[in-house]
Amino acid sequence: MSESSIESHVRTFIAANFPLRSTSDPIGADDSLVESGVIDSAGVLELVEFIEERFGVSIPFEDLVPEHFDTIRSVTSYVASRTGAVSDGGG
Amino acid sequence: MAEAETGAMVDWLALDAETAVGEIVARLRDIVHGELRKRGAVVGLSGGIDSSVSAALCAEAFGRDRVVGLLMPETDSAPETLELSRGVADSLGIEAILEDITPILEAAGCYRRRDEAIRSVVPDYAPGWKAKIVLPGLDHGDRLSVFTVVTESPDGRRGETRLTASAYRGVVAATNFKQRTRKMLEYYHADRLDYAVAGTPNRLEYDQGFFVKLGDGAADVKPIAHLYKTQVYQLAAYLGLPGEIRTRPPTTDTYSLPQGQDEFYFLLPYDKMDLCLYGWNHQIPAGAVAEATGLQEDVVERVFRDIERKRAATRYLHLPPLLVVDPLTAH
Repeated sequence: MSESSIESHVRTFIAANFPLRSTSDPIGADDSLVESGVIDSAGVLELVEFIEERFGVSIPFEDLVPEHFDTIRSVTSYVASRTGAVSDGGG
Repeated sequence: MAEAETGAMVDWLALDAETAVGEIVARLRDIVHGELRKRGAVVGLSGGIDSSVSAALCAEAFGRDRVVGLLMPETDSAPETLELSRGVADSLGIEAILEDITPILEAAGCYRRRDEAIRSVVPDYAPGWKAKIVLPGLDHGDRLSVFTVVTESPDGRRGETRLTASAYRGVVAATNFKQRTRKMLEYYHADRLDYAVAGTPNRLEYDQGFFVKLGDGAADVKPIAHLYKTQVYQLAAYLGLPGEIRTRPPTTDTYSLPQGQDEFYFLLPYDKMDLCLYGWNHQIPAGAVAEATGLQEDVVERVFRDIERKRAATRYLHLPPLLVVDPLTAH
C-alpha cells in the first residue's frame, strides 16, 4: 500500500467518524488533530483502533506520542513505517 | 498544599477571605431569595473541600436551619467519605440526611454496565475486582492522552490496559449514573423543602469541564465556581472547617480504586493547575508560570495548550438545550 493510499484511508476514517468537527474546513496534512479540536481523547482511542485494525499493526504504549498521531501526515508516516509502505514521493 | 514549592501563590491567588465570604453570602441571598424565590439550599456533601465550603457559605447566607447537607455514599465511595461529610454537617450545625445511592445504582445497572465495559478489554475482570481509569501524567513525557484502565484482582494483582473508545465511553457513561443519581436526590429534597440546589464546582472544574452534564454540573446556584481551588482552601480556613477536610487530598471518589483528579482529568495537582490556569487567563508568560510552579517552561506551554483543548472539548457541557427556534420569542 502506498503512502497516498494510507493517507486516503485515514482521511476517510476521520471524515466519517468526526463529521461535525471536520466538514467546515478541510484538514491540512500538518494540522494538529487534537489541538484543532478534530478529535478528543476518546477520538484518539478510535483513531488508534482504526489504524490497528485497518493496517494490521499492533501499536505499543511507547508509540502513543503526538509525533506519530497528531497530524494526518504523521499518522501516514507512522503507518507507512510500520507496514513497509512504498513512498510515492507526495507531500 | 505545596505552598513552599509555589511561593507565587500568595501573590496571584491570595484573597481577602473575609471580604470574599461577605460578597458571596450577599450574592447568594440575592440569587436564592430574590431571583429564585427559594428559602434555603440543599448541598450534596462529599467530604471534600468544595462541597464543604459551599455548604458553609450557604449556612452563612441562609442560616444553618435553612441548609440541608445530603450524604450520598455508594459502594465505591472511600471508607472515610461518610464520616468526613457527616463531620462537616455537624461542624456547621446543618441537618444531614443520609441517602445511600447503591440500590438505585444497582437497579439502574450502573455497576453491571461499567463492569461489562471493563470486561471488554480485561476479560478476567469479575466481582471483587477494583478499577480506575487513568491518563498518562506529565511524567510520562509528551504522551497522547490515551486512557487506560488500572485493575486490581482480589489477590492484589494489578494490571493496566489500554481502553478501547467504546470501553472508555461505556465506563464513563455507566459511572455518570452516580453524579446524576445524586443530583436527582438533591432536587427531590430541594423540591420537598422549597430550597435551591447549590452546585459545588470550583473554577478549575467549571472552566475545564470537569463535571457531568445534568449530574454534578446541574444546580440552581454555584457559590464557588469563580474561585480557584487554592482560594477555596483559603475560604475553608477562614470559615473554620475541620482540619481533616482541609488536608484531604482531592479525589474523584468515583472508582473502586482510589483516583486522584490529576490522574483522570487534570495533568497536574490542583495547586499547580491553578497557577497555570491563572497564568493563562492573565497572559502571564510561560517562563514566569514555570518559575512560580517549579515546572519546566515547555511543560507549562503544554498545560496552556491543554487548557484550551479542554475548553473546546467541553464547551457543550455548559450549553443549555439548543433551540431550533426560540418558542418564547417566535411569533
